Parts: sequence; structure tokens; C-alpha cells
Amino acid sequence: MQHLITLPILLPLIAGIILLLPPCGKSLVLRRWVATFMALFTCIASLLLLNTVLADGPLVYAIGEWQPPFGIVLFADPLAVLLTILTSFLTLVTVIYASRADDKAGSFYHPLTHFLLMGVNGAFLTGDLFNLFVFFEVLLIASYALMMHKKDKHTTKAALHYVILNLVGSSIFLIALGTLYGVMGTLNIADMAVKVGALQGDDIYLAKIGGLMLLIVFSLKAALLPLHLWLPATYGRAMPVVAAQFAIMTKVGVYAIMRVFTVIFGEQAGELSGLASQWLWPLALVTLVVGAVGVLAAEDLRRLSANLVIVSVGTLIAMVALNSEQATAVAIFYMIHSTIACAAMFLVADMIALQRGKVQDRFVNSRSVAEPKLLGFCFVIAAIALAGLPPLSGFIAKLWLLQSSYSVGVAWAFWPLYLLGSLATLVALSRAGTSLFWHDHPNHEEHFEDNVYAGKRRTMSLVMILAVPVLMSIFAAHIGDISAQAAATLHNTQVLVDTVFALRGGQ
Amino acid sequence: MELLYASCVGLLVACGVYLILRARTFPVVLGLTMLSYAVNLFLFSSGRLNINKAPVLGQSASYADPLPQALVLTAIVIGFAMTAFVVILSIRGRADLGNDHVDGQPRSKKRSK
Repeated sequence: MQHLITLPILLPLIAGIILLLPPCGKSLVLRRWVATFMALFTCIASLLLLNTVLADGPLVYAIGEWQPPFGIVLFADPLAVLLTILTSFLTLVTVIYASRADDKAGSFYHPLTHFLLMGVNGAFLTGDLFNLFVFFEVLLIASYALMMHKKDKHTTKAALHYVILNLVGSSIFLIALGTLYGVMGTLNIADMAVKVGALQGDDIYLAKIGGLMLLIVFSLKAALLPLHLWLPATYGRAMPVVAAQFAIMTKVGVYAIMRVFTVIFGEQAGELSGLASQWLWPLALVTLVVGAVGVLAAEDLRRLSANLVIVSVGTLIAMVALNSEQATAVAIFYMIHSTIACAAMFLVADMIALQRGKVQDRFVNSRSVAEPKLLGFCFVIAAIALAGLPPLSGFIAKLWLLQSSYSVGVAWAFWPLYLLGSLATLVALSRAGTSLFWHDHPNHEEHFEDNVYAGKRRTMSLVMILAVPVLMSIFAAHIGDISAQAAATLHNTQVLVDTVFALRGGQ
Repeated sequence: MELLYASCVGLLVACGVYLILRARTFPVVLGLTMLSYAVNLFLFSSGRLNINKAPVLGQSASYADPLPQALVLTAIVIGFAMTAFVVILSIRGRADLGNDHVDGQPRSKKRSK
């Protein structure tokens, strides 16, 4: 059972390879089944891992038994494992959804989704900054190829921007890592957390530069203002099922910010503690506002969802910037909720675009959709979750957000912006729903092509993903407890340090 | 040596940044390559610059830090793959968009529309 922690990374890797090799490589049907089941296995492995971690405390695994500060360690605390489960589940849903037709648009959809899953899971579970970089690159190269899955020229343009931007980001990441390594002589997160407090003289400034450069890179990944401009184009242009899977990628950036700036530059960091908070707080609030404006200005449902991702990033980073245990707990709960809700909205947008023909998902009058009941129902659930109306999980998350920002004493800044932002979301979503479902010209004679209907697989994946906000609202107390535990572990740096170095003592 | 090394890295970064800010994909690709060279050199120097030191323990009294070398190797491999990808993507962009401008069309054309 000691090797359980590697499964969320290894299973997708094996899956990706199997899917490329002959028996699967030739048969699309086989590929779909293998992809679905491997995603399911990854999901189950992550759930088992969560169970272990909650029962026995954080796990640490030295790859190849190289001892901690020198070798690479994997580190599983409740936060990382929760996000692994979220990613695996999202992959499972999108794979099932794409199995209806989307995977035929280009080659290698299924292997690429699994490589993406491997990269994201690896980024969550790693305990080493350079390894984090490697997993970032794994997930990025898979995402570049997935982005290009649909062949048209607007996608190529958006992909070109996305790729170049991220390559520059990777260079900055490496420079930051070089600076930090030069100062501290280690890239192991636990070891850095110990050594950062002992820095003296000019080294402090160098570490500060390195840390802030890391912040730039993670903000780029998280789409924090002013580095958010790539997101609407990328998510709006990628195939919606791919965009739904990308909903987790901004959260990788947020996770990296949480990990690095809560653990390494946390309370024990002496002069360097709270390095990022002063930058994150105003930027997060402005991101929230800009996202809300974008939501109001969006002309089609996919752009609207992409801007909702920005709003959620703004909210999350605001909570991270507060740097208190309670705020982090809320952030974790909100992160799970918002990822699922945004992904669901992308999938619903795809169905609507397919069934409305030429006008796609733009907010203009057109013929009605082929399955108004199913899509209307799905849209309403996703919209309620996103706008934060009772009774779904969005409302619980919203209340908890407001409460925790009040208890920290920043309600005067956060409440008006956040509430106006969610009002904008509500207005935009109601307008979208009205024009998509009510301002139409029902024409019962009209013949829809076969491939636009939802079919079993798409319906199933929509039901799966929309069940999450409902279940999260029913089991809110339980999930809230887990989030609180995850936040407590994250903030208690000593737990990380002890666990990682216990490995060295034991051998 | 430090001065030469540092100015070399600095010059490469400056050229890289300048080329990345150009409007055509070919200079941008060149710029990214230069930037990655600079980054590799920088990473290599993070273990400090020394001469005549063995990279393996037990071979001499003082030894060089082996970790930056491992980091640079990884970074080179990854950078190589990424460059290959961005080259192919640029060719694809050239084919799909009809020219090699990063925005799909030169600005003067946009205005005339």
C-alpha cells in the first residue's frame, strides 16, 4: 500500500501508452472503453489514497529510495489528494462525453487526455519544485496538442498565442528555480521551508526575486490579472469538451501558489513570510471585477463560461491572499465546486451549440434546440451552481466565503465586489438562458441530424457532472470537514517537514 | 569568468526578449530558443562556477554540485521538445492563416478592411 501514492500518476501514464499501442491504436471502440476504465481506475485509486491520508495523515514517497533533500519526493496531503480526485473525475466525465463523437475530430484524443491527467496529478502530488516544473511541462505539452485537436484556423491562432506565452512562462519558471537553488541549495519544498528562515543579508533579496518570479509564472497559469488575457481566447476556441477538462488547469496554478506561498514563504520564513499576499489581494479583486465585466460582455456561452473561470480564479486567489486557515478551507471547497460547475457549463454549451446549427451558442434568435427539456434542465442546474443560488453547493460556498472574509476583517473590500460579481453572473446567465431557450422559433418540421442528439454517453456524463453540485450540497458538512482538515495540514508546515525528513531518519 | 558568463546570459536574454516581441513567428521561435539557451546557462551557474572539480564524490577533495547539471539536462530535453512543437505549430499557422504574422494578419491589412 506504500506505493498507492504513485498510482494517480502511473495509471494515466500506462493508460496513455496502452492507448497508443496497436490493439487500441487501431480500434476507436476499444480505445474509448480502455480510456473510460483507466480514468475510472485513477479515480478509484485517488479515492483510496484520500481514505488513507485522512486516516493516517500525510504520506510521503521517495522515488527510487533517493533520500529526501536530494531525490524527488511525492507528497500526498488531503489538499493534493482532493484535487487529484477532482481531476480524475473530470477526466472520466469528459472522456465519456467525447466518446460520443468528439474524439473523431482528430487523432490521439484519448492518449492525450490521459497524459494531461498524469501531468496535473503529478503537479498536485509532487514535493519538489523542479519536479513541479517537469509535470507542468507534461501537462502543457498534452494541452497544446489537445488544444489543436479541432482543425480550424482560429484555433491555430489561439493555440499559437497560448503556446508562446507558456513557453516564455516556462523560461521564467526555470530562472526562478535557478535563483532559488543558487540561494538555498535545494528545491525540495520541505527543505526549502526549513532553510528559508535562515537566509541572511543579500540572499534574502535574491530569494525574494526568485519567489516573486515564481508568482508571475503561477499567476500566468492561474490566469490572474494582468496575465489573464490568453484565457478567454484559448478556452473559447478549444473544443468545449477539451475546455471542460482545461477548467482544472487554472486551478493547478492556484494550487501551486497555495503550496509555495503558504508553505515555503509561510509564517516560519522570517523576513520573507507573506511575500505574495500584498500582491495577490489587490490583483485578485481586480481579476474578479474584470472577469465579471467579461461575463456581462460575452457574446456566446463558451466565452461566458471562460470568463466565469476568471471570476472563480479571482475569488480563489482572494481567499488564498488572506492567508488564514479558515479562508484556505473555503478556497478548497470553492475550488472543487467552481471547477465542476464551469466544466459542466462548457459541456452544456457544446450541446447547445451543436443543436442550434449555424448560430451555435451565440446569444441571438434562432431555431430551437432539439432536446429543450434535457438541455434546459442541465443549463438551469449549472447556472444555479455557478451563480451561487440555493440550494446547490454554490450557495454554501458563497455564504462561507462571505463569512470567512468577514471574520478576517476584510469584508468592506470583498463583499461589495464579490456580491456585484455574482449579481453580474446571475444577470448574464439569465440573459443567456432567455435568449438560448425562449427567444427561439420552434419549427416542428425541422429535421435534426442524428449526431446532434445527446445520446446515452453525453447524457450520462452530463448527469454525472451535474450530480456533483447537488451531492456537494447534501454532504456539505462532510466535504467542509475534509477541506478544513486539508487547510489545517497545508498551514501546518511542520507536518510536511517532519513527514519528509522522517523518511530520511527511517532508512 | 563570472563577468563574462553573466554578460553572456544577459545578452542572450536581451536578444531573446527582443526577438519574442517581433510580430512574425520565425523571429519569435528564434527568440524562444535563445531564451532557453540563456535559461540553461543560468541554471548551470546556479551551482556556482568552478574549475577542476570532479562531479563525482570521492574523486577529489572538492567536488562540483551535480544537481544543476541534472536540472540543465532535463531543461534541455524539455526545451528541445517544446521548440520542435512550436516550429510545427508555426508552420501550421503559416498554412492555415496564409501568412506568418502572430496575429494571423499584419496590422495594415486589418485597417484596410
